[in-house]
Amino acid sequence: MTTLSRRFQLSLRQRDARIGLLFVAPAVLIILLVTLQPILSTLYLSFFESQLGRFNVNVFRGLGNYIDLLSSPVFWATIRRTLHFTLLSVGLELVLGIAVAQLIASHPPGWQFLRTSLIIPWAVPTIVTGMMWRWIYNADYGSLNGLLFQLGLIKEYVPWLIHPARAMNLVILADVWHTVPFVALILQAALATLPQEMEEAAAVDGANAWQRFWLIRLPLLRSAILVALVIRTVEAFRVFDIIYVLTAGGPAFGTITISYLTYVETFNYGHIGNGSALSFLISLFSFGLALAYIRLLYRQEESR
Amino acid sequence: MSKKSSRVLAFLVVAGLLLAACAPAAAPTSAPAAPEPVTVRVLLMQQAGPTPDENNAIAAEFNKLNPGIAVVIDYVAYDALHDKIVTSMSANPPSYDAFLMDDGWYGEFQKAGYLLDVTSNITQDMKDKVFKSAWGVTSVGDKIYGLPYFLDTKYFFYNEELLKQAGFNEPPKTWEEMLDMAKVIKDKGIAEYPVVWSWAQREAAICDWVVLLTGNGGSMMDANGKPAFNSDKGVETLTWMVKSIDDGLSNPSSVTNVEDNVVSVMQQGNAVFALNWLYMMNAVGFNEKDSKVVGKIKISMMPVFESAAAAGLKSTSINGSMGMSIAAQSPHPDETWKFITYLGSEDVMNRYSANLLPFWESSFTGESLTKLEGLAPVNAVTVPAFQMQFPYAVTRPHLPYYQEASLALQLAMQEALTKVKSPKQALDEAAAKWVELGSK
Repeated sequence: MTTLSRRFQLSLRQRDARIGLLFVAPAVLIILLVTLQPILSTLYLSFFESQLGRFNVNVFRGLGNYIDLLSSPVFWATIRRTLHFTLLSVGLELVLGIAVAQLIASHPPGWQFLRTSLIIPWAVPTIVTGMMWRWIYNADYGSLNGLLFQLGLIKEYVPWLIHPARAMNLVILADVWHTVPFVALILQAALATLPQEMEEAAAVDGANAWQRFWLIRLPLLRSAILVALVIRTVEAFRVFDIIYVLTAGGPAFGTITISYLTYVETFNYGHIGNGSALSFLISLFSFGLALAYIRLLYRQEESR
Repeated sequence: MSKKSSRVLAFLVVAGLLLAACAPAAAPTSAPAAPEPVTVRVLLMQQAGPTPDENNAIAAEFNKLNPGIAVVIDYVAYDALHDKIVTSMSANPPSYDAFLMDDGWYGEFQKAGYLLDVTSNITQDMKDKVFKSAWGVTSVGDKIYGLPYFLDTKYFFYNEELLKQAGFNEPPKTWEEMLDMAKVIKDKGIAEYPVVWSWAQREAAICDWVVLLTGNGGSMMDANGKPAFNSDKGVETLTWMVKSIDDGLSNPSSVTNVEDNVVSVMQQGNAVFALNWLYMMNAVGFNEKDSKVVGKIKISMMPVFESAAAAGLKSTSINGSMGMSIAAQSPHPDETWKFITYLGSEDVMNRYSANLLPFWESSFTGESLTKLEGLAPVNAVTVPAFQMQFPYAVTRPHLPYYQEASLALQLAMQEALTKVKSPKQALDEAAAKWVELGSK
């Protein structure tokens, strides 16, 4: 009897598993088709010297494309530039995102309008954002120069985008304007769900506002911050569109990031093999980063 | 209803729906409908040359005359055109049946097998009536791969009113003279930056560079096909460019400008001298809506450097011509050819000549010339300017690796202009890259 019931239990579990598999199968299939297949094709192409065109013959190079890339100073300069963009952009977005979320959570007058209007910069397509900032930064008729000149902060119009390092920081500023709302909205949603009792108890015990924020609110927000961090870091590392529109990688390659270099290699130069190797490296990095963050996230969840 | 009967009903409904979906379309009861027109997709640029409104009007005319063909045009900026063609060619059939392309890309695209050989479509009449040099734009070897639709060169524009305010009645004949005038203009407070260029990290910079380099007696390649732009003349030219910014005479934003930015600066009356394609005359000199300097803009012969002028060089410019080509894999080559020959027909080009002059030499002779000059207000200025400047246009090298080579040179110019490297170091590195590309 016991053996029979165990068999019955086992078959129920199996049946559940089978139904579960059936439910997730379409999603898995779609992911395999739209994600894994292109990644594997890219990996395959990255082992060949391949040019664009109908008469092109792929020549097997093994790891040649990767070795060329890893020994190229242009590649490492681009990686440094990409890390500069990623760290500064995501760092600023987090700090400003937390500040804005905190402001909304404190319900100042007009906070509902603020929360709604916050979506606008994020909802604007990145290409449009890039165009808009290109006009703002324009040296001859840009509104930034107009504003600073009217305020008496500059004596003559400044050509903002002509220095490579400054151009990169200005691209970061445009990206921060575009994506702070995303971080702020995630954190604001998380803030709304936090229990008030702990903070009230801390206030009774004499903790000031900063201590309550730093020692209670921020640790409780850690999971939401991690989610925002994962998404934004991966996105920032792959940044392309805003640079394409705003600076086209210039001046003097000063704003070329790894995704832009991939685009140039693939479509401008027609080096499919090199472009594929770069794409695969980006995928690998994004995957590794996501994995690290997710592990961190789940470890925290488990330790609670 | 029992469980069993409801299952049967459900099965019948599903089976019925499936059968209905698989059934052939109902036979026509009335007269057969007219066949769907063949769609011809065309890729053009929205920058210099005819405006989208003009091109769309031409396509509408064509569609009306040819009910069996529907032409659909997409537009991109010049700087997106090359890559848009490349990506569209990955599909079979390609996303576009015809596309506008720069003369520098013919080597690359012909090698890649993207272009339809149209040599046999070119009639003797076309060969005779079109500018002889135009066929060089769309030819690779002895084969022709397109219609040389877009003949253009860079012109020297100046704001006559501001120049006269500074005390000059004639435009400069040399680049040195231009900077001397610019200094006076700046000192008198007429313009903060009297000269504006398109020196962004784009092909536009190469076009200005070729004008200046050849105007200094230099050249892009030597007789052996090796890069020669890093010669003493080249270094001298790039040094002159850097110095003109340092002296506050060339607008520093030139380093990030493309042609459209130059148009905007000139429209505002913020610069006195500029280089640009023909379309700037209409946009700045005749556009009442956007320009503050209508009627004040003139074109004169492109200056050269004093040493080259002393050696007998009268002028020089860049050949910015483009061709209309058909994708080799296009499923509708005949219909596409019909459209591009309509777009480039003498009648259509004459009627829409305000932003691009016809490539038909026959339009520039006798009565046709008088007629062409009167077809649009701007033509009275641009037609004589074209006849004056185009013979001095120099072509960029036709290399299968031109895109990569061009970007290497763009980078060198940017590195020098932004003081990352010296002009000599930057040009030498670009030349080395060209040699490396050529040896592959």
